[in-house]
Amino acid sequence: MSTIRTEPVTINLGPQHPSTHGVFRLRVTFDGEEIIDVEPVFGYLHRGTEKLAESRNYVQIVTLTDRMDYVASMSNNLAYVRTVEKLADIDVPERAQYIRVISVELQRIASHLMATGFLLNDLGALATPLVYCFRERERILDLFEMLCGARITLSYMRPGGVFQDAPADFWNSLNVLISDFPNYLDELESLITTNEIVLARTIGVGLLSDTQAVDSGVSGPVLRAASVKWDLRKANPYEIYDRVNFDIPIGNSGDTYDRYYVRLQEMRESIKIISQCIEQIEPGPVRTETPFFIRPPVGETYSSVEGPKGELGFYMVSDGGISPYRCKVRAPSFINLTPLKDMLTGWKMGDLIIILGSIDIVLGEVDR
Amino acid sequence: MYGLGLFKGLGITMKNLVSPSRQFNIVQYPNRRASPFDLAKVDNQNPISFIATHPIKTLRSLIGLETLVDRMPQHANFRGEEFAWYDRRCTGCASCAKYCPLGIIKIVTGTSGVNQQEGQSYDIDVFDIDIGRCMFCGLCVEACPYDALHMGSGFEEGKYRRSDLVINVDQLKAAEKKPSTWFRPQLTDRGHDPIKGSTADWDQVGRHEKPSLEDQGERWAKR
Ligand code: SF4
Ligand code: SF4
Repeated sequence: MSTIRTEPVTINLGPQHPSTHGVFRLRVTFDGEEIIDVEPVFGYLHRGTEKLAESRNYVQIVTLTDRMDYVASMSNNLAYVRTVEKLADIDVPERAQYIRVISVELQRIASHLMATGFLLNDLGALATPLVYCFRERERILDLFEMLCGARITLSYMRPGGVFQDAPADFWNSLNVLISDFPNYLDELESLITTNEIVLARTIGVGLLSDTQAVDSGVSGPVLRAASVKWDLRKANPYEIYDRVNFDIPIGNSGDTYDRYYVRLQEMRESIKIISQCIEQIEPGPVRTETPFFIRPPVGETYSSVEGPKGELGFYMVSDGGISPYRCKVRAPSFINLTPLKDMLTGWKMGDLIIILGSIDIVLGEVDR
Repeated sequence: MYGLGLFKGLGITMKNLVSPSRQFNIVQYPNRRASPFDLAKVDNQNPISFIATHPIKTLRSLIGLETLVDRMPQHANFRGEEFAWYDRRCTGCASCAKYCPLGIIKIVTGTSGVNQQEGQSYDIDVFDIDIGRCMFCGLCVEACPYDALHMGSGFEEGKYRRSDLVINVDQLKAAEKKPSTWFRPQLTDRGHDPIKGSTADWDQVGRHEKPSLEDQGERWAKR
């Protein structure tokens, strides 16, 4: 019997594909059904954020950061304003720090809900878990609307605090949300966590070992799923994270299931953080008076926060003027794509989509 | 056991389908189909007398022909379109134009006008906001030192041409003033809620009380 001659086939996934979560292109080479090579192609959504920042003043750049990771603009705001505060040596009132932490944790929940919903969508659980996640995310967006008037492009934070205090009805709605949310997460878990189809498709798929993860510089839930206990909120506490108790959930093998499960546990931890913040917060000012045109002293600085997707950092150089001389963004989604080839090689075509979905990339941030 | 997860999942979908607390918040937009009860509520009548007095309307509403216009449930802080701009407060200082990250506000001033609050000021000849490029970040509102510019509360500004999206000084003057309470805590303190339809006049939106005539006389006479 003669063997059938096969040749590797190269397929383009994207740039317009519903499962790539944006305009992302993957050139995949298959040997039959098996992936033997992957080449990601970025840049379709490049808007030159870093260059644009050089021609805007320090407050105006806040609006640019909203548009990088557009499902978690609050975290981007925080990462950016913290860098400016470090650069220009601006103090932040305590109440503002609490409000910032509350809003960032809410944003983390919203972002993880999106990630979980879309991961299941990619798995083929079309729409049902996704709309459940979106329903709860909607409530968080409603809270943001109270807080800052917008739902997606928030621009809530300013160097020196936040631009306005939370309105009185915000706290009631927040308390209702906090008390409902654990039940909701239980429900989501009983829908997904023990489902045989989900388990069969995710356990052991897309393995990323801890050494691989550390070597390629990934951060956030992808790193923690590979059982590396690293979280900037604990490792280098910023804002008021040293005053609240929370755990860092980690996975044990670094497969797709672990990445899903770590996100789910993180949402529970976020709820814990928010409820402690509500107890500790005290009345006071929410913004240090800063001039409209901030002129930081000549110098450079890097500061980073633990965003929903990983370590989100800004590196800024000031030449003493009203706009930065250079602004560089360390975007977690971009760097989390580094081990993609290792994770994908050897898996089948159907697994490609869920492995990509489990990394939780946002193309606005990858391409900036 | 295989298949257990499936049944569990179906149970949850069922719970979400029937339990009232788990319902989706569906807003019919722009018009909501109205039941006879809704119509009676709008008419301030009790349903029975409404059905007795308006049989045709009741019938129409039962087959889904009657609609009501509903506002989306939003917070008063919502940063919307149609900036509320008060020409009697504006001094033409152009802080807003300078602060806009996109530079889409165009202001041309001429001398001669008399400002209601502080005496001499500029006439605003041109005040164009290109809301087709605006991202509603609100930095212009934050920059305005005289509380003359406020975010609006609407969002229905669909136009057929891009040039129609530039709102000019006449449109701004003529527009109904429903300023959002965004970055204007004084409006919240005064119980203003644009979503519920309240409007605010130029002398109600300032962060300071308007000085009385005696105070003003005193202040200006001593200069
Ligand atoms: S809302 Fe922002 S983009 Fe729009 S005019 Fe004001 S400053 Fe410019
Ligand atoms: S709207 Fe406000 S900031 Fe703009 S020109 Fe008038 S007074 Fe100045």
